Amino acid sequence: MTAEPVGARSRTGYDAETLAALEADAGTIKARYPDPRSGLLPLLHLVQSVDGYVSRDGIVFCAEQLGMTAAEVSAVATFYTQYKRRPNGEYTVGVCTNTLCAVMGGDAIFDRLSQHLDVAHDETTPDGSVTLERVECNAACDYAPVVMVNWEFFDNQTPDSAAELTDRLRAGEQVTPTRGADSVCSFKTMSRVLAGFDDGRADEGVGAGGPTLEGLRIARERGWTAPGTDQPEISGTPRAEVPPETGTGQSSAERKPTTPSDDTGPAGPADAKEGDDD
Amino acid sequence: MTDTLTPVLTDTWDAEGSWKLATYEAAGGYTGLRTALTRDPADLVQLVKDSGLRGRGGAGFPAGMKWGFLPPPDGGPRYLVVNADESEPGTCKDIPLMLASPQHLVEGVAITSYAIGCHHAFIYVRGEVLHVYRRLLAAVREAYEAGHLGTNIHGSGFDLEVTVHAGAGAYICGEETALLDSLEGRRGQPRLKPPFPAVAGLYARPTVVNNVESIASVPGIVAHGADWFSSMGTEKSTGHGLFSLSGHVTRPGQFEAPLGITLRELLDLAGGVREGHELKFWTPGGSSTPLFTAEHLDVPLDYESVGAAGSMLGTRALQIFDETTCVVRAVSRWTDFYAHESCGKCTPCREGTYWLKQILHRIEAGAGEAGDIEVLLDLCDNILGRAFCALGDGATSPITSSIEYFRDEYEAHLDGRGCPFDPARSTLFDDTPQAPPALAGAGGH
Repeated sequence: MTAEPVGARSRTGYDAETLAALEADAGTIKARYPDPRSGLLPLLHLVQSVDGYVSRDGIVFCAEQLGMTAAEVSAVATFYTQYKRRPNGEYTVGVCTNTLCAVMGGDAIFDRLSQHLDVAHDETTPDGSVTLERVECNAACDYAPVVMVNWEFFDNQTPDSAAELTDRLRAGEQVTPTRGADSVCSFKTMSRVLAGFDDGRADEGVGAGGPTLEGLRIARERGWTAPGTDQPEISGTPRAEVPPETGTGQSSAERKPTTPSDDTGPAGPADAKEGDDD
Repeated sequence: MTDTLTPVLTDTWDAEGSWKLATYEAAGGYTGLRTALTRDPADLVQLVKDSGLRGRGGAGFPAGMKWGFLPPPDGGPRYLVVNADESEPGTCKDIPLMLASPQHLVEGVAITSYAIGCHHAFIYVRGEVLHVYRRLLAAVREAYEAGHLGTNIHGSGFDLEVTVHAGAGAYICGEETALLDSLEGRRGQPRLKPPFPAVAGLYARPTVVNNVESIASVPGIVAHGADWFSSMGTEKSTGHGLFSLSGHVTRPGQFEAPLGITLRELLDLAGGVREGHELKFWTPGGSSTPLFTAEHLDVPLDYESVGAAGSMLGTRALQIFDETTCVVRAVSRWTDFYAHESCGKCTPCREGTYWLKQILHRIEAGAGEAGDIEVLLDLCDNILGRAFCALGDGATSPITSSIEYFRDEYEAHLDGRGCPFDPARSTLFDDTPQAPPALAGAGGH
């Protein structure tokens, strides 16, 4: 660590106001960890929230904060795919082209978007709105093919739905993830959340989509439970209302929830769990 | 005899506001923590040992034994780090768990930390799931406000701080020592073992690293007992687990069942392979586990049975592919993934995955040469067991297993005409009215 506050001594090109805000946030980040160096990944997300990529200034800032060299910070930043070396678009549109999504249509979606937007992998449209990426498996295989917009889930996509999605993004319209917040925030706003600064939107969106609940739906229908958690009052009847199918054809992309309760319909609240602890 | 499906972790997922603390508590949440705080920590470690809970992140190492490896307290800090970097292709259980019910994990973190004497725990979640990170931050905040975390938890004198940390995109950080390096603010590269994290983990201090589902299973064990847990599953693979069906299946999704269920049973629940098609190959536990075919439909999905049948239970990531799928294309794409995600630290993996990728690309493109299949097998032989961590081993699994079961399909690519499959027919939005037999066509892509 440098002995003096970086303040006036900073070699970054940030103006005083930006630098002061960054320093305050950096202090918050470093305080979360027993060793401040653990704050480097969130600090890199933080500088992306200001610059839209990991800029030279951002690298120098992280280095000054942690008493590292710029080369050491760069070595870390270049290891991780979420840190961008060039200014990113306002929205990263990531098409999963790992095997399962690719086979289910991800390749066709990526090809269509690449043609539609006239950009290749990791390139940004000239208006600065969309950066197109091939992404690896994003843990939503039961919703394949999957597209991520600023790392929010757009499930069960088709080439047409994905092209329409990017049209709306480029027109400045709000888009609603299948499972996520009520609208997709900008790349910079997202980066600030990933730096650990809660934007208070956790209660937006659904708890689960249709496939997530598929096994539970069947268990409810057939009265299947874990051992010793049977309800005394059920006597063979399903112990909860069966949530209706979400969307049609198992396509949760059909569903555009607008409120938290616009989830899986009248799914029972935490129903009748009194006998749980036997 | 237990029911076919046993919702434990999934049981509250259909509730209104399932991610909220109030919902979780109304369903009996945090009774496990209150019980645990009245017990001796060593008894809790023994309880989890007795339950037979094995790591749900892929390796299947007994969780209680892992906790038991920590050296006796020396007055310095000990850490719990939750591996929430779910990235293994096909694996999609922890992310929906944390989206729908993060409190299961937070309660598990509190109990486990008490059991191992940890006062600062970390949840390392991959950075590519924004809303999951929001839900975790909110869940931890709610738990602090309710006194489930913080200082003197429920008057027990036990203090616990929990930090939720977002990664930044690197599959290798799912490897526990790479995760620790990443959490220390470094490139996520695996460490030489030993020493294992139990002895020298985060900041070189004794550390337990466990998967999300493993830790989320702990509250149920404490609340209902080791016998309750081991009444599900098989003798050596006890308890409930999330089975994730994806791909060419009528109703994909999450199915929470006792270990030992078969794919045939799961497919039956999921409406079978998509209409008009048949099963060709599948992964039992993610892309790093050797492929299975229709002949393995009745293999009990527990650690021992899957191992005896030549694969690994892994993360129970059941990716289903029907007869429209070209196995060379599928394996080639997975190989791209391993080459992309290889951290570069060791030569067999860094160079080996690079060459595997080149050869598979040329085979798939119809430019393969006689002897390429043998070169692939020879390369795999030089990676397996010689790489620094399991990533290299995993890269060889789909290749060697697919050649074992589908050598003729590889050879059909070598006749100079390229891939005999039409990729459009594999897609979810395929509208080909009458599909011709796959290998008969001369089409390429």
